[in-house]
Amino acid sequence: MAELSIDIGGLTLKNPVMTASGTFGYGTEFDDFFDVNTLGGFVVKGTTLHSRQGNAYPRMAETPSGMLNAVGLQNGGVKYFISSIYPRLLKYNTHILVNVSGSTVEDYISCAEQINELKHISAIELNISCPNVKEGGMAFGTSCPAAEAVVKAVRKVYHQPIMVKLSPNVTDIAEIAKAVEASGADSISLINTILAMAIDAESRKPVLSTITGGLSGPAIKPIALRMVWQVYQAVKVPIVGMGGIMNAKDAIEFFLAGASAVQIGTANFIDPLVTQHTILGIDNYLERHKFKSIKDIIGCLQL
Amino acid sequence: MKKLVQNLQVISNRRLNKDHVLLELKSEIPLEGILPGQFANILANGSHQVFLRRPFSIYQVNYKCNSISILIKVVGEGTSSLSMSVTGDTLSVIFPLGAGFTLPEKKSKLLLVGGGVGVAPLMLLASLLKQGGHHVDILLGARSSEDLVVMENFAEFGFVHTTTEDGTHGVKGYVTDHPIFGLNLDSYDKIYSCGPEPMMKAVARLARTNQVSCEVSLENTMACGYGVCLCCVTETTEGHRCVCTDGPVFEINQLKWQN
Repeated sequence: MAELSIDIGGLTLKNPVMTASGTFGYGTEFDDFFDVNTLGGFVVKGTTLHSRQGNAYPRMAETPSGMLNAVGLQNGGVKYFISSIYPRLLKYNTHILVNVSGSTVEDYISCAEQINELKHISAIELNISCPNVKEGGMAFGTSCPAAEAVVKAVRKVYHQPIMVKLSPNVTDIAEIAKAVEASGADSISLINTILAMAIDAESRKPVLSTITGGLSGPAIKPIALRMVWQVYQAVKVPIVGMGGIMNAKDAIEFFLAGASAVQIGTANFIDPLVTQHTILGIDNYLERHKFKSIKDIIGCLQL
Repeated sequence: MKKLVQNLQVISNRRLNKDHVLLELKSEIPLEGILPGQFANILANGSHQVFLRRPFSIYQVNYKCNSISILIKVVGEGTSSLSMSVTGDTLSVIFPLGAGFTLPEKKSKLLLVGGGVGVAPLMLLASLLKQGGHHVDILLGARSSEDLVVMENFAEFGFVHTTTEDGTHGVKGYVTDHPIFGLNLDSYDKIYSCGPEPMMKAVARLARTNQVSCEVSLENTMACGYGVCLCCVTETTEGHRCVCTDGPVFEINQLKWQN
């Protein structure tokens, strides 16, 4: 067995496989399927200061090798999370991250202050990249000054590691990555979904109630790999790669591009056990290629 | 019963008409306590256009064989691929999912109303209601007589009535045109319904007018089937709720269907 543990900006993961926010609920939904503690960590559903009903149905469209979603950060708000969900997470002994989103910098600060009090939450993933909310969200992740403002403000009030989740809907991902690194991010996760749309030719209507939504799944993997590679050249903080990972081979590609860990998202919908197969497959790959540790392949793309 | 993700073996595939098949799938491990109205999310082979699983009501359970049956209507590439499964194939199935129908506690007079392929979850329900000694009337609606694909199977569990849009079987028209929805609807203790949404809304309206309790099983497009993607929501009196976990069965007063 190869060494799978890895440090991600202040977090030591037992293996480099995490699950992506919005695809893993609060972890408990998977208890019937497997022992969630086998994961390097998991990121719970996007949490906002106030509760959100999310967008109207239809919120989902199946597209070639992927899907669009326009959920719109439906969640009970941070207070509900603390009172009703957090107690149920205390049974887990792996890293739990809360994905935090907001419409204003003040929202992010208030959310982060409250999560700072939760001992069993290892880190926050700062979501400056949600394409499905009218205000805030992605707007913070598509300009360097806005991204800096959020990360700096949260850095002041949150004393555990901060992972910043970047949007791919930008001209130059490396510039944003450098900006969030300089503002205090401990690690960077990418990519969030790609702004996209689906049309029903028969009815001549958009499939989603919101017209546009976020594309995920294998369709976006080549874009995600390219962006991880670009960010790897630009920053020193560890990178958590995601975007269309369906198996260990996909995950390995992300490590080679420069990711220190990966998040599996949409694949959880299709195979609830995908993380288990991926962890095993990464170990097999390392053994097969005679690498002692996952660290031996990070950014080791042969050029 | 716990949610499982399993490779189930196809032990039979019965073609019922040009676009309906009944698949029987066998589990390696004993099945227990599957509720009527619960569903299975099945992975279909296909081109890159078929990415997500396809949800189907559990039509029947055979605890002796550890098998479940699934009624499939071919509507696209995913269902077409599943309909061509042959004995010995294995299919990846996540089941049993969702909340099922509520069974009555005391002896009751019950009406089951199914439209099209929406009759699927009513078969397991009808068999359990019959076992429970209830009076069961079953009203099946379809476009045409050839679409009443499992009518004979229902006859074992209750009194079957039919409507067809073209008048080729039973009363001509929609299910709500059947005299069962006439003067004595309030003689029923409860109505259970599954079918196209306009049909269920019409049934719900009549149930409400006659003050008969009514449960409906909804169908929405979904990605996961177990409450994590939050894509399949429906509007309820308590806000957006997932059809896959809070449903697919809802009591009509939970739904915002008043208009």
